[in-house]
Amino acid sequence: MKAIRILGRSIRDSFKSVFRNFALSLASISCIVITLIVVSISIILTYNVNNFATLVEKDVTIVVFLDTDVTDDEIRDIEEDINKLSNIETCTFQSKTEIASDMMESSSELKAILEQYTDETNPLQDTFKVKVTDIEKIKDVADAIKEMDKVSVVKYGEDMIEQLVSVFDIVKNVSIGMVIALILVTAFLISNTIKITIFSRRRQIEIMRLVGASNLNIRIPFIIEGFFLGALGSIIPIVATCYGYTALYDNFDGQLFSPFIKLIEPSPFIYQISLLLLVIGVMVGMIGSALAVRKHLKI
Amino acid sequence: MSLIRIIDANKKYPNGVTAVYDVSLSINKGEFVFIIGSTGCGKSTLVKMIYREVKPTSGKILVGGVDVAKLRNSRVYKIRRKIGVVYQDFKLLNQSTVYENVAFALEVLGLPKSEIHPKVLKALDLVGLKGKVKQYPNQLSGGEQQRVAIARAIVNGPKILICDEPTGNLDEKTSFEIMKVLEEINKLGTTVIMVTHDHEIVEKMQKRVIRLDAGRLLKDYSEGTYQNESN
Repeated sequence: MKAIRILGRSIRDSFKSVFRNFALSLASISCIVITLIVVSISIILTYNVNNFATLVEKDVTIVVFLDTDVTDDEIRDIEEDINKLSNIETCTFQSKTEIASDMMESSSELKAILEQYTDETNPLQDTFKVKVTDIEKIKDVADAIKEMDKVSVVKYGEDMIEQLVSVFDIVKNVSIGMVIALILVTAFLISNTIKITIFSRRRQIEIMRLVGASNLNIRIPFIIEGFFLGALGSIIPIVATCYGYTALYDNFDGQLFSPFIKLIEPSPFIYQISLLLLVIGVMVGMIGSALAVRKHLKI
Repeated sequence: MSLIRIIDANKKYPNGVTAVYDVSLSINKGEFVFIIGSTGCGKSTLVKMIYREVKPTSGKILVGGVDVAKLRNSRVYKIRRKIGVVYQDFKLLNQSTVYENVAFALEVLGLPKSEIHPKVLKALDLVGLKGKVKQYPNQLSGGEQQRVAIARAIVNGPKILICDEPTGNLDEKTSFEIMKVLEEINKLGTTVIMVTHDHEIVEKMQKRVIRLDAGRLLKDYSEGTYQNESN
């Protein structure tokens, strides 16, 4: 009962002091607003790059062309051998007849050409389409398949893939590093701003100590105040993120420059970011306050 | 049994200044004690050791049987709840009303509103400020502000009231009004310890007087024996 009363009063007092020290509260809030917007932008960038990278990686397929004289038994053996390799996600067989009919469906010109052949004279080759789980090791898989009997050509866009993989890795690491650095900088900035706010109220802390408030008792209102500042400060960034990203997505029709680069759909992406921003704002506000009060408590 | 016992207390500040030097004294329950001496003689340091704002370098400070010198910082609030403190500069929250300032001392203890309200009114009544509950400290005179501070110090019924130069900022007439309030509180059973260098007040009150000089206890006058020797 006593604890609830103290908590209730702390909430009331922290509300009051946000408004009574409005100028300083506003300074803390604007600091949170600006940094959270930057955090939001970098999170959006990171996630989109990651999303794009994953999409591309999923699309990467090794195409295994088999010799033209391959028999059905040999095809089965090769399939078994491929599946025995590690790092294989899927392995699908496509006979040359299937490929021919696919090609004929896709364009009338190809149809005209392919219609000149029968099943026996079909110049195409039977193929396996192999997807790997770990794209970084795609070369090992391709090399292993090349060694097999009756395999004529193995293709996976070697140079392009290897470059892409390394570029994505760099972009991923740099952007994750940036987000973490930004969050730390935000925490530091906010705790400094809150320190100024609290410095101006060290008298209040002194009086609380004087009348016999325990350290926890003194801290709680300030921590709750930090919570409010964080929550208030995250409103504008959240609104900006929701409307801004949706507008961006609609404006570019969900893709950047080419259909190849797809943006993440706004829902539920923006809600996840909003939640993240709120959590970062609130946590940073609370931790900043707790650290700032600590200085004025003799512990 | 004495309420406060100070045994061989020494206080040396980190800058090398020794503020209190081998002071031993005891104060009984219900006493009214003045601590006097020239500026810098260690009288403030001495009372600060009682409410554990300052930790003695050596010696014991027993308050109600507890050695506050050994109290951990995180436990200091427990002793603060038993001791009311009044300062020269009032230390009021200027953004809170008179009522809120006094109620604050009980709110931090987690008392329910139904208990806080009568206690605050009683304390304000005792200091003669019942009519000004809704005013803010800066709308009051210095004497009234000090009375708010006294009300805040006594509202939770402490056994000891420590006043560190409570009349230092006030004129003679107001000072005597404050003294009347303190005497009233003392009559109700609270032990009052008052630091001052206002000889006139000390002479007129004729209470026990402890005179310090350069951190040492110079003389302990029992009630009614004090004469101003500095003139």
